[in-house]
Amino acid sequence: MSQPITPTTPAQGPNRAPDSTRPPRNQARPGTGTGAETDLTALARRHGLTVSGARPTLPEYLRGLWSRRHFIAAFATARLTAQYSQAKLGQIWQIMTPLLNAAVYYFIFGVLLGTRDGVPDFVPFLVTGVFVWTFTSSSIMAGTRAISGNLGLVRALHFPRAALPIALALQQLQQLLFSMGALTVILVCFGQYPRPSWLLVAPVLALHALFNTGISMAVARLAARTPDIAQLMPFVLRTWMYVSGVMWSVDKVAGDDRVPHWVTVALECNPAAVYIDLMRFALIDSFTADRLPPHIWAVALGWALFAAIGGFLFFWKAEEEYGRG
Amino acid sequence: MAERPPAVSGPAVTAPAVTDEPVPTVVADGVHITYTVHGTRGGRGSATSALSRILSRRSAPGARQVHAVRGVSFAAYKGEAIGLIGSNGSGKSTLLKAVAGLLPPTEGRIFTRGQPSLLGVNAALMSDLTGERNVILGGLAMGMSREQVRERYDDIVKFSGINEKDDFISLPMRTYSSGMGARLRFSIAAAKSHEVLLIDEALSTGDATFQRRSQRRIAELREEAGTVFLVSHSNKTITETCDRALWLESGTLRMDGPAAEVVAAYEEFTGKKK
Repeated sequence: MSQPITPTTPAQGPNRAPDSTRPPRNQARPGTGTGAETDLTALARRHGLTVSGARPTLPEYLRGLWSRRHFIAAFATARLTAQYSQAKLGQIWQIMTPLLNAAVYYFIFGVLLGTRDGVPDFVPFLVTGVFVWTFTSSSIMAGTRAISGNLGLVRALHFPRAALPIALALQQLQQLLFSMGALTVILVCFGQYPRPSWLLVAPVLALHALFNTGISMAVARLAARTPDIAQLMPFVLRTWMYVSGVMWSVDKVAGDDRVPHWVTVALECNPAAVYIDLMRFALIDSFTADRLPPHIWAVALGWALFAAIGGFLFFWKAEEEYGRG
Repeated sequence: MAERPPAVSGPAVTAPAVTDEPVPTVVADGVHITYTVHGTRGGRGSATSALSRILSRRSAPGARQVHAVRGVSFAAYKGEAIGLIGSNGSGKSTLLKAVAGLLPPTEGRIFTRGQPSLLGVNAALMSDLTGERNVILGGLAMGMSREQVRERYDDIVKFSGINEKDDFISLPMRTYSSGMGARLRFSIAAAKSHEVLLIDEALSTGDATFQRRSQRRIAELREEAGTVFLVSHSNKTITETCDRALWLESGTLRMDGPAAEVVAAYEEFTGKKK
């Protein structure tokens, strides 16, 4: 073991007394010699040091993420309760926000534009659509700020960054559960009483949450690199909402002969529409199985797995870059 | 993410391969860091010029390359506290960011043992959450278990001294003064033993009592076989806290040695400039 010693600086002092075993330090070298570099690299390698900021392997990453599961849960809950902490009405907004949203859409699409024609149980139909859609859109919007909104945390502490978009998607899921409480009241008011098919809500929500988490991770990586994505995303989401059958029925358009076949397929495979329709199928009596496109459960499962696995891998691929700049 | 010792304290680091050799924790080998600064020429330019830039995939006209660190090499060992000194803009913070893995070196390499934690001045953890939540979430994020966080909670709050005057810990962190925020952040980060802890002037906003307390904690971290890097413009803090100092000047390492000597040489250098 030989430490490089280049006594170029005049102010070189003697070795520190308490540590005589320690090799003398390398002095400042304005032009670094290549020989010294290999010595230092060799020293680092001999002691098993790793290159700073290198991406962990996938199994390591998954292990780290699993050990942060309590962090993810606690972070989501803390964010949810902090969300309205500045508002005077506080947590009442958890319920008020989705209800007001539904009221606005009812006024515009139900009363003014009259899209309710031909859709039975329009209010439950619309409110379910709005709540389920809000879960998707707010998860994606939260994803755009997952890294940039938590830079202090990312820079100060070390943890798998995927914990952030996952926690934010979980927060939106908790928010949706609040909305589902409000939805239950609305459904009962409009004559939809609990029945066994309501149990289907659980698998639908699980698949939908997987899908949203995956998309949220993918968007988090894109927005961490290009912050402009956060500005662009509301427009993308609005467009997506209008084609997803939130306030109109996809099966009405799909059943129309004038619509080209590929448009029908695209509408029916749109993941947002798939999860919305499955939720309506579970909750609303008049929304029967014949109004669902074929193979809808397979499509729902496929989208969930594709988004979750793809989004996770995509996010992990840039793990070392988050917090830079 | 590298596996870290689960224990909150104790030098549970892998035994060195060669016993009589000091164990390095950070090795910088000929590190050059160049980064691009945008908007040097009057804001970000008009929207149309930005659009045409994106379409043609050219870099922004106002972008400029800053060569912040030029060929720095050093090895830091277990149990060392290393002060970084140098005038403003000499590349100290840039170097720390690179050690933390937040800035990639353009040339050369930085090796570290474990994953370094960087405490900066403005690094609020979660500003809209209460101090209490920050302590709990910070601990969990560092990989502590719920039980460990519960055990250490009182110590962390007591160490930070946040609650000495009033019940500040139940207030959102955005309401804290910069000194209080810095104290709580340091207390959270210091609750776990780190192999490498990087402190970028984060302690300078604390009061005298807290400075003494954090100096003691840094000494403890060193005993637990950690390495602490400290950027400070207070030469007194450097000589009191650190045993070794690196003096950076315009991106080059000018001197590396015992803290007292390096600080003395630095003082002589800055004195001459008046």
